[in-house]
Amino acid sequence: MTFNAAALLLLIAGLALIGWIAGRARSNLLAGRAQAKLHSRPQYHGWYVALWLFAPAALFLAVWSAVSPGLITNEVLASEAAKELPAFGFERGAILSDARNVAQGKQEAVRIAAATPLVKPYADATHRYAWIGIAAMLALALAGGLYAFTRIKPDFRARTRVEKIVMLLLLLASLVAILTTFGIVLSLLFESIRFFRLVSPTELLFGTQWAPTSGAPQPDTFGGIPLFWGTILIGAIIAMIVAIPIGMMSAVYLTQYANPRVRKWVKPCLEILAGVPTVVYGYFAALTVAPALREFAVAIGIPNASTESALAAGIVMGVMIIPFVSSMADDSINAVPQAMRDGSLALGATPNETIRQVLIPAALPGVMGGILLAVSRAIGETMIVVMAAGLSANMTANPFASVTTVTAQIVKLLTGDQEFDSAKTLAAFALGLVLFVVTLLLNIVALRIVKKYREAYE
Amino acid sequence: MIMTQEDLTITDPKMTAKGVNVFYGEKQAINDVSIDVGTDLVTAFIGPSGCGKSTFLRSLNRMNDTVAGAKVTGRIELDGEDIYAPSMDVVQLRARVGMVFQKPNPFPKSIYDNVAYGPRIHGLAPNKSDLDGIVEKALTRAGLWDEVKDRLAESGTALSGGQQQRLCIARAIAVDPEVVLMDEPCSALDPIATAKIEELIHELRGKFAIVIVTHNMQQAARVSQRTAFFHLGTLVEYGKTTDIFTNPKQERTKDYITGRYG
Repeated sequence: MTFNAAALLLLIAGLALIGWIAGRARSNLLAGRAQAKLHSRPQYHGWYVALWLFAPAALFLAVWSAVSPGLITNEVLASEAAKELPAFGFERGAILSDARNVAQGKQEAVRIAAATPLVKPYADATHRYAWIGIAAMLALALAGGLYAFTRIKPDFRARTRVEKIVMLLLLLASLVAILTTFGIVLSLLFESIRFFRLVSPTELLFGTQWAPTSGAPQPDTFGGIPLFWGTILIGAIIAMIVAIPIGMMSAVYLTQYANPRVRKWVKPCLEILAGVPTVVYGYFAALTVAPALREFAVAIGIPNASTESALAAGIVMGVMIIPFVSSMADDSINAVPQAMRDGSLALGATPNETIRQVLIPAALPGVMGGILLAVSRAIGETMIVVMAAGLSANMTANPFASVTTVTAQIVKLLTGDQEFDSAKTLAAFALGLVLFVVTLLLNIVALRIVKKYREAYE
Repeated sequence: MIMTQEDLTITDPKMTAKGVNVFYGEKQAINDVSIDVGTDLVTAFIGPSGCGKSTFLRSLNRMNDTVAGAKVTGRIELDGEDIYAPSMDVVQLRARVGMVFQKPNPFPKSIYDNVAYGPRIHGLAPNKSDLDGIVEKALTRAGLWDEVKDRLAESGTALSGGQQQRLCIARAIAVDPEVVLMDEPCSALDPIATAKIEELIHELRGKFAIVIVTHNMQQAARVSQRTAFFHLGTLVEYGKTTDIFTNPKQERTKDYITGRYG
């Protein structure tokens, strides 16, 4: 007997359906008997019972699914057989999961001999907790259902109650997203703290040597500056040099010059750019743009031009970002009241003068916000740089040279067989944290700017 | 159009419209309007909402060009020159026929830059002190100089509604236009600000030909010398303001003046 969450969810959904029918029938019956008019239509009474039956049980199910594996493992660890387990984390974990898989029937036999004595305690504990969980869940469902069922009266305001329960459910759904974000941040934070126990934060933030792979005889060095510089060079400089002018100009064209028919076609086409998978951009950068740029660089005599260049990655990333910049700029220019435009045109300004001197200055805060959002997206972008920018941590301003970025290094550190407690692997989390903090700050600043600017015209 | 010959008392018209129709897509907003705008006069366009008075006003400086699907037929002349002729430079036309809008629309720039905007784009001031002079003159003519002379660097949008509208008038007259079109310039203002604008219109009369659209009949009576009554896209009656208000010839004008509809 295992704890199958999906089947149980179906079970309580079935119970809820019965509750719905019962609640509806009872409200009709009571109303008929008392010759009274129902406050709420019968189906609201049905919903009231069904929700009371379903929601607490489903919540319990969710919590229990998350908590019970831990409880089971604790119980196994407390048993006699667990005394033999090695103390070291990784091996210990492997043995435990081996035993768990056998106990739960996911695996025919143990792969690690040391896991054999643990299978029985695991199976017992799993069995016991499954029964506890199912019993508690059913009890909750029945209790909820009965509570709701007994409250049905002709003048009971089921309609408003259902409204409140639905609101609570919606609130819960939004909380899930927020809590998940918190969870991600926390896990990032814990791993980073483990890294910073091994390597000081100042070395990561201000060190200029990045060589995590060397190992003995030379010690690893975790100076992040070359990575940060590479990220800025590609994401904030080259990509923006491409994306800002093109994005702005296309936004100006679309808002001011294009007739509605052209706009109807061009705008979605531009937005398709945002939907192209980044891997595809990566191919394009690595296979088409990078070799072409290298040949160009060699032709004009630039030394150490590489097929993996910052320029190739940056240009393609810039193209990827164009729709972000252009759609933010489009929104901002459209938000400038028509009266501004009319005022300028009525003074005898040409459309071009109007755009340059009135519309763009007025739209600038919004456009800036859009650019910051674009930068934060560009520096978090991974596939293009992994495929096109290379992995060597150079500190160079030569755009034809190979540089690496924070995201590319994270990928490099985490791919392949890694030990999950070496400084090398943990460095990936610390880099992720730095990236997260930077993009978070950029987003906050950008959203504040955009919001403030929107208020100015309302 | 129904109009008797003796109403045409304008000998030297600044602008002349002959048989003007305006279409928005399929819909005809203005139907066969002919009218003369006097050089030294204030001309008021009155009529109920949707009668086409603003539409017609906007065709006098080709602001309807900016509306997608708008089409103007007939002939409109400025000093005898067809403003819809292909040879007409619409940018120059709008410098000669300025416009003030219903809602004050100062640019989000300083007060100074708002007024200097037109002179700058038209290259009217060769140097800074000339520009300063133009700005001061325009603000003085608009009756705003004393209120803002110490804070020219502040944003134009920080002024009160009435001040903003006078700033917009200053901005329009800074390029020294020949005609100033005003599209319900007081409809967003309180009575005191309205009185100031009306006073200003009196002072500007004679310096520019002024055309004002208003839905306020008392305002038309107070500020204008000629009044045109529009109804359902046609010009019903046009004549001296005193005649229109005291002795209208058309039944529809009379009904509107006396508040029977509108």
